[in-house]
Amino acid sequence: MIYVNGEPHERDGATITELLADLGVEARARGVAVAVDGEVVPRAEWDDRRINEGERVEALSAMQGG
Amino acid sequence: MATETDPDRTEQIPVTDTPFELGGRTLRSRLILGTGGFKRLETLAEAIRATRAEFVTIALRRIDPQARGSLTDVLDECGVELLPNTAGCFTARDAVVTAKLAREAFGTDWVKLEVIGDDRTLLPDAPELLLAAEELVDDGFTVLPYTNDDPILARRLEDIGCAAVMPLGSPIGSGMGIRNPYNISLIVERAGVPVILDAGVGTASDAALAMELGCDGVLCASAIARAHDPVAMAHAIRAAVEAGRLARGAGRIPRRLHAEASTPDEGLADLTPPAR
Repeated sequence: MIYVNGEPHERDGATITELLADLGVEARARGVAVAVDGEVVPRAEWDDRRINEGERVEALSAMQGG
Repeated sequence: MATETDPDRTEQIPVTDTPFELGGRTLRSRLILGTGGFKRLETLAEAIRATRAEFVTIALRRIDPQARGSLTDVLDECGVELLPNTAGCFTARDAVVTAKLAREAFGTDWVKLEVIGDDRTLLPDAPELLLAAEELVDDGFTVLPYTNDDPILARRLEDIGCAAVMPLGSPIGSGMGIRNPYNISLIVERAGVPVILDAGVGTASDAALAMELGCDGVLCASAIARAHDPVAMAHAIRAAVEAGRLARGAGRIPRRLHAEASTPDEGLADLTPPAR
């Protein structure tokens, strides 16, 4: 089990690019960023970085804000 | 109500102003628009055009698969640059990681640094703010910190290497204006980096006052986004920032306790009727 934006998913071993696709987001899209267990994962690593059991993924995008 | 302004007329004002230098950039607009609170992206785009802002703030939040319309596409069409914020961060660590995520997301190392102390006031947490600012400056960020209206804290942020200081007029979204103009003046008097009034603007006169006090710019979100007519308010606050800047340069008259006639007494007609 892994966690994506706080929700549990049976997607152990998926890459970040695959997880973004699950959310309907193109990995190349501007304004997207990803952290795993509180650490930034650079865009260049998204195709290869696999998410393992228990890891917490935060997948973020641009939002209006002051 | 007409909300269009005549750009030719504005440019006729004989302004001899120094350019607004911020983080090594030269900007034409002294108004930065916060994008939070606009109900529709179309309204946001219209407001951006009305403010003539060159920078707008933006946030990062969890991807919403149901979200409609691309915020970044709209902002790109407006031709504005993005200033990511760290809104909602309570610790230096969260703010630093958020700034780094924004750098990945938007390809900019500029950040509006917010580290807040509690949900009720959204006031900055000074020790955490200093820690985060120091780490981000060391990492090469252009740091624009949202800070208290505290001249000493502003000086510390400048000493660390922040590109500007952005004191609050009053709490975020409160619309309470500038609660302590004296402190803002003290910050301006001492600052060697631009001072941008951030938070508290409720209407145009608050933005004008900020500029009259000597601020170099104003950052405004709620006052425009949550106004009954956001686009009209965007025009108003843009005009107020320009008016305040002009007035600051023009030099206000001193305040006096008593009246001083503006019409001379010399040559006053004697209208006393003849004695009977």
